[in-house]
Amino acid sequence: MTPLLQDGPSRPSRFDLPALWRAVRPRSPSAVIVTALLLLGAWIMVFPFIWMVSSSLKPTSEVFAPVFTIIPKTFAGLGNYYSVLFDQPYPRFLLNSLIVCVGILVVQLVTAIPAAYALAKLKFRGSTILFGTVVASLTIPINVTSIPIYIGIVKVGLLDTHVAMMFPFFISVFAIFLFRQFFRTFPDSIIQAARIDGFSEMEIVLRLILPSAVPAIAAFSVFSFVAHWNDLYWPLIVVQSQDKMTATLSMMQYQQEFYTDYGKTFASATVVTAPMVIAFLLARRHFIRGITMTGVKG
Amino acid sequence: MAKLSLNGICKSFGKTAILKDISLDIEDGEFVSLVGQSGCGKSTLLRVIAGLETPDSGEIRIDGARVNDAAPKHRNIAMVFQDYALYPHMSVAENMGMPLIMARLPLHARLPLLRHLAPAHARERPGIQRDVAEVARKLRIEHLLDRRPAQLSGGQRQRVALGRALVRDPKIFLMDEPLSNLDAKLRVQVRREISELHASSGLTFVYVTHDQVEAMTMSSRVALMQGGSILQMGAPNTLYGNPDTVDVARFIGSPEINILPGTLEDGVVRCGEIVLPIAPAAGGGLRSGPVQVGVRPEHMVLETVPELAYPARAGRGLSLTFRKQTIEDLGGEVLVHGRLDGHPEHDVRIRAQKSEAYGCGGSLSEARDWEVRVNPAHILLFDAGGMRLRAEPVLADDHAEPAALQGGLRKKLDLV
Repeated sequence: MTPLLQDGPSRPSRFDLPALWRAVRPRSPSAVIVTALLLLGAWIMVFPFIWMVSSSLKPTSEVFAPVFTIIPKTFAGLGNYYSVLFDQPYPRFLLNSLIVCVGILVVQLVTAIPAAYALAKLKFRGSTILFGTVVASLTIPINVTSIPIYIGIVKVGLLDTHVAMMFPFFISVFAIFLFRQFFRTFPDSIIQAARIDGFSEMEIVLRLILPSAVPAIAAFSVFSFVAHWNDLYWPLIVVQSQDKMTATLSMMQYQQEFYTDYGKTFASATVVTAPMVIAFLLARRHFIRGITMTGVKG
Repeated sequence: MAKLSLNGICKSFGKTAILKDISLDIEDGEFVSLVGQSGCGKSTLLRVIAGLETPDSGEIRIDGARVNDAAPKHRNIAMVFQDYALYPHMSVAENMGMPLIMARLPLHARLPLLRHLAPAHARERPGIQRDVAEVARKLRIEHLLDRRPAQLSGGQRQRVALGRALVRDPKIFLMDEPLSNLDAKLRVQVRREISELHASSGLTFVYVTHDQVEAMTMSSRVALMQGGSILQMGAPNTLYGNPDTVDVARFIGSPEINILPGTLEDGVVRCGEIVLPIAPAAGGGLRSGPVQVGVRPEHMVLETVPELAYPARAGRGLSLTFRKQTIEDLGGEVLVHGRLDGHPEHDVRIRAQKSEAYGCGGSLSEARDWEVRVNPAHILLFDAGGMRLRAEPVLADDHAEPAALQGGLRKKLDLV
């Protein structure tokens, strides 16, 4: 670790060139190579974001200019962002996204946790086959089932509703699989002690398993929330009216048959991504701890 | 307080039979240990009693009522687990109060938030807290009530687990190797505390252990299990002194009993230097053939040099020649390994007082022949299949000598 990354007394308190140099000075040739590779990797990761933010400040003509510049030649940022935030009901889109993501997550947890408990800890005929089915379902992408689900939604008249956007994701086999693996590490003797003490199976799940599974639930919640916040494919299929659109879907409004305003599309993309990025930056420590923390010791 | 009876319990997992037709009766207030090596089915049997496993066939009765189909919580039992099985994110007080909350409060009064509206919650709470505090005082863990299990030592967790079991005032107390995660010193202490608990509570205890010392010291009766069956059930002293099979004899007693091959012919057992005329016990007959002769290490008495000899012991019992090989120093006692004349292949162990071993002359590390004596009454005979041969040694005295002892045999058998 370089001292630059550390909090504490070694950090230069004022701008201090020699100290800065001491901090970043290469320690060995291999460190130079490693740092260069890491910088390259970081650039590959960050560049699309820079490109997005940069393009959101440009008029469409400049987005397609042969020479890419980070700083726009013609600054159209104000207009782009104004029309994204105020020419359309942007708060409505955010609210729709929130409803969809929270709705999906809640139902996913409510269905996946008891299912995972049953698969991990209860003995019943066919449990192995059921679990095999769950694992097999992991390999089926949404695109395969989307047409039957779409037809079903049309038949029950739920097209263009929030429910239609959430419905295909209510049961997450990934969540069942993840929780099942996590619950398996929970000591059997505690569950048996609970049965003797008079807990019902649901109370075992709610009072004992759930508190111990907080890290797994937090990690899954982040995955699920981000995935459905960013989902464009399904909302695009089932929603037409503007007041049902999610934030991500609202970007598509600037794409029309003969003309696409890329400046505004990118401004919209930036605005849509922003809540997730800000939330992650604020709660970064918790996210990382949630994902890396494992198990409980009794 | 309850009487527990099992009748013809069988249980298999897949094709493996774990319990084979187990029947036993446990009286009210008894302390019964199920003891055996790992895999003998003792824990499964305990879990069948608890209702955590359903037997394939057979009947479980508590106080005469059939409980096969009753859920664990309706059997009015409490169980202490090997790993304590405390609820990790609850305080000690909550852990101990849980069985009472579950028993005394209806479902709606147990729900988070909603419970504060339930009258039952307000009515029962003080009583639950009082009962928990009382048990905690009894177990001397009042100062731990606010801690989490992770903040407790092994011995403290063990007490909390006992407390959680005690608080609900069960009829039957089940324990599954509760001491095996404790260190040796604590084990002895908690062993005594459990014995005291049994004495003071008067409850029926069923205790599973692989440690025969625990079983012997605490129980009123011991059931020795092997391969899914009960080999023998009886008072600890019966299992030790009067085992039914060679397996029981081997399992009970530490260090393990010495088993030597011998033959039985015309009412005389011959096993190296041991030559012992026997008579069948009442109702039994004796068939000639190979037998197994068992002598416990503590029943082999070193013949000390005359000046240290205990006068009372001198000149009694069978005299055998023992070639000492190695000595394990156990502190006050020693465990001597060696060979008996006529059994060059069998390691024989003798447990003796250290002073006696020194009294035999020569340094302890030097290999030499010793004379050991065995009281024929302590010899356990088993047939080739391992079943006990119930037979009495024919005791010789100065007035009447059995015919078999005449001639050269007289020298060997030198009885009271």
